[in-house]
Amino acid sequence: MTAMIQEQAKPAAAVETKMTARDVKVFYGEKQAIKGVSIDVDMDNVTAFIGPSGCGKSTFLRTLNRMNDTVASARVEGTITLDGEDIYAPAMDVVQLRARVGMVFQKPNPFPKSIYENIAYGPRIHGLASGKADLDVIVEKSLRRAGLWDEVKDRLHDSGTALSGGQQQRLCIGRAIAVEPEVILMDEPCSALDPIATAKIEELIHELRGRYAIVIVTHNMQQAARVSQRTAFFHLGELVEYGVTSDIFTNPKQERTKDYITGRYG
Amino acid sequence: MTGPAILLLLAGLGAIAWVSARARALRLQGAARASGRRDAMHSLPGYHGWYVALWTLVPAGIFLAVWANVAPGLVVQQVLSSPAAQSLPADDFSRSAILGEARAIATGQQAGAFNPLSQGLVDPYRDALGKFGMAGAALALVLAFAGGAYAFTRVRPDFRARTRVERLVMATLLIASLLAIITTLGIVVSLLWESFRFFSMVSPIDFLFGTKWSPQSAALGYGNDDAFGAVPLFWGTIFIGAVIAMAVAIPLGLMSAIYLTQYASPTLRKWMKPTLEMLAGVPTVVYGYFAALTIAPALRDFAVMIGIHGASSESALAAGLVMGVMIIPFVSSMADDSIAAVPQSMRDGSLAMGATTSETIRRVLIPAALPGVVGGVLLAVSRAIGETMIVVMAAGLAANLTLNPFASVTTVTTQIVQLLTGDQEFDSAKTLAAFALGLVLFVVTLLLNIVALRVVKKYREAYE
Repeated sequence: MTAMIQEQAKPAAAVETKMTARDVKVFYGEKQAIKGVSIDVDMDNVTAFIGPSGCGKSTFLRTLNRMNDTVASARVEGTITLDGEDIYAPAMDVVQLRARVGMVFQKPNPFPKSIYENIAYGPRIHGLASGKADLDVIVEKSLRRAGLWDEVKDRLHDSGTALSGGQQQRLCIGRAIAVEPEVILMDEPCSALDPIATAKIEELIHELRGRYAIVIVTHNMQQAARVSQRTAFFHLGELVEYGVTSDIFTNPKQERTKDYITGRYG
Repeated sequence: MTGPAILLLLAGLGAIAWVSARARALRLQGAARASGRRDAMHSLPGYHGWYVALWTLVPAGIFLAVWANVAPGLVVQQVLSSPAAQSLPADDFSRSAILGEARAIATGQQAGAFNPLSQGLVDPYRDALGKFGMAGAALALVLAFAGGAYAFTRVRPDFRARTRVERLVMATLLIASLLAIITTLGIVVSLLWESFRFFSMVSPIDFLFGTKWSPQSAALGYGNDDAFGAVPLFWGTIFIGAVIAMAVAIPLGLMSAIYLTQYASPTLRKWMKPTLEMLAGVPTVVYGYFAALTIAPALRDFAVMIGIHGASSESALAAGLVMGVMIIPFVSSMADDSIAAVPQSMRDGSLAMGATTSETIRRVLIPAALPGVVGGVLLAVSRAIGETMIVVMAAGLAANLTLNPFASVTTVTTQIVQLLTGDQEFDSAKTLAAFALGLVLFVVTLLLNIVALRVVKKYREAYE
């Protein structure tokens, strides 16, 4: 896996900022889960969110495509923009937003439908395909990008839930890709997978880099070091440090970051 | 000695047995402890008490139960062998009437005799009753003492009283659960037996496939052929229970389940769900008169207004609509459970793709919950076709084979009620037909229930 470790991050001037968050606070009822986070996510680098359990990294990730809307007690303050548009503005259509900002979950959650139907789900609801032939093309392209095509091309109509855990997770990535999102959020995508399946997903993230802005939450620091070029360290709902991954891991500026990556807590 | 007195006496004996056995066990325990052997006593003293008490009570109780069934026969035998019985008439009917009267006088339930013959039998009867009563009581007491004494001698430190008592507890529970099963079996056997008698008079083919139902004409002596074709009843049952009622209950039940699981706020759900389930607690007879007195006339007037001929004041539609409303909570609570059992991650996955809530429900939740919903619907159908009160009151008696929902049809349950109410002779094909109908209904609902439960179970396993 040495080949994929640490490609040099691009210089700051060249990157295209995709999403920005400014002073974002999230409350669950009375409890404040995120305490004023500001961060930029760019197109060309994979951004990793690390931190101990309960530090708010997943909560913050879910604000980026408004999945917190499904939690009745959640309230978000501050601004988050996608290409300069405020995603919490009343004019923003959450359906459109989620088509542009896709998400992959911790546990693979394919629908109890065929592999084909799982991929075709998004294009169908967003009307992206004009016919069966068109849909076939999208399904094949998405499965190829998800690195699953060769394994499933002969059984596209078998149930998606019959695949192995790693294949299911790649199916979910393919499902997210099928609607041509601009950003893909991954919430601990490998935590339910074995090491080989994990390696495949990490390889896939490398291949997808540059085409989509990718944000990955992980509790595995080696994984963050392997797949990301930018790392954000969260602790107790605060963004402690954000920077180039190699700097965070070799030369952290904050005491808390250093304690965490050297295994003092977490 | 009278029954209650002997029971009271036995209870007293049991209590004494418990106390004395426990006291003895306590003494033994004390002795064992004094000699420093803490583990010498196998069971707690209380278990020894129960062991001896049960030995006192159970054999005597079983004997009394048997005796209560055997003794009356022995009493009658002795009375009949008395000299006064020689003058009794020969036929069984008047003989048992006289004996009954004599018995009533002897036990003090009746003051004097209408029949002079019974007066002469009172004294022999009284003698026999007293004799066998005493004998039974004495035997029961002997058994109680013998059982208690036997058990008492077994109270020793190493005696495993706890195991014995636990075994008896288990046996009691087993018998309790077997009773329900045995009762069901008994019902099935009696249904089968009476149906068999019916089918020896009417061919099963005529019954199951005949289209003319007129049991009254058979009863009036026009013959059994062509009178017991049950197809109109089966059709009426299916038309009301499985077609009209389900056309109401499935959409309304499903939609209310979707609203309650997906849209309603927790507070709203907290009072709406019990309210909906209250529908299931309304006695069906109340639905029945609601259907018969409110819905049916309104429907008839409506049908006449829009020009439908043959609209009856007892219509399939009225019964079916009200039954559908009654069934809503069944469908809705099964659908609610199945939708709630679909993992939240499915819902999140769909929403994260940019699907709206209704798209998520239509394309992900309903397909995933479908087997459970189907199971619920099958259970509801089985409930609907077995339902009696509503159809008796609102569906009518005319065995029509019709597709017109405003016409009167009749159902299997309605006809069973018709065939069996009032004074009936139980050897005519007309009455026995009720059992054959009951058998068909039983088999169909049983099959529906088995299929439904299998579907539901298989589906439950899928997500666990």
